[in-house]
Amino acid sequence: MRFGVVLFPGSNCEQDVVHAAQTLGLTAEYVWHGDTDLSGFDAVVLPGGFSYGDYIRCGAVARFSPVMAEVVRFAERGGPVLGICNGFQILTEAHLLPGALLRNTGLKFICHPQPLRVERSVCHWLDLPEGTVVDIPVNHNEGNYYCDDETLERLNANGQVVLRYCEPDGTRAPGGSAPNGALDDIAGVCNERGNVFGLMPHPERAVDPLVGTTDGRPFFTAIAKRLAEVAG
Amino acid sequence: MARYEVYVTYKQGIFDPPGATAERALANLGYEGVRSVKIGKYIQIEADAGLETVREMCERLLANPVIEDYRIVTEGEA
Repeated sequence: MRFGVVLFPGSNCEQDVVHAAQTLGLTAEYVWHGDTDLSGFDAVVLPGGFSYGDYIRCGAVARFSPVMAEVVRFAERGGPVLGICNGFQILTEAHLLPGALLRNTGLKFICHPQPLRVERSVCHWLDLPEGTVVDIPVNHNEGNYYCDDETLERLNANGQVVLRYCEPDGTRAPGGSAPNGALDDIAGVCNERGNVFGLMPHPERAVDPLVGTTDGRPFFTAIAKRLAEVAG
Repeated sequence: MARYEVYVTYKQGIFDPPGATAERALANLGYEGVRSVKIGKYIQIEADAGLETVREMCERLLANPVIEDYRIVTEGEA
């Protein structure tokens, strides 16, 4: 099991992803944004950060990096792709995931541990039971998920909403539990096939007991387990 | 060489937090008649390119059609 962690100019969470994978006994290597070869990788992670300085829009420039054409092909072949924070923004800009990430409604950069509710979904990256509450840090300025009504209906019907922001007990506040104003409290979505997954929170920062929570571990181990099973 | 001005704004119905903040700030300054403030982007382009090509630039990179509208004003020869 080998993760490829794509490094764009301005990425800053790639080391955390590699550290998380290694902590869990998995192998992860960096992939330069100018590379066009993903052969040898079993899964690809687009890490958080500020690719290309967030110029034009978050992820708008990164999606045209040479490596992204290969990431699109990798995803089309069914390869697992995970986008965390800026990586999620890049995946929406690349049309690998529906919707867009808008500026947080409160205009504040938010940075704190955040309870998230696992929804029943087709996502390949997570095998936690529906209703599980995980505590994972959020750290972003543009995490306010938006899509049109028709897309939202489709996401709900297809089981593409993977995670929702929630209260510590797993319920959702009547006015919404999203700290950034996200539509329907959506924190993470996957594509229809389930192999491409994007989320604003940072599971790679919740792997080492040193930082107080290990709730992020399943976000890396579930896909490793799944790939091992497929390989037989 | 032609010169274009591109205005990128949020689509109708999409909440614009900086615009809403400016709207409240203007009200705090005592401007009572302010109904709405929207903040967008203004882009100047000088290029050997026709309007169709500039439209394509907007669709692919300068605007995100999921959340934004754009308006191109042709300014004539640069």
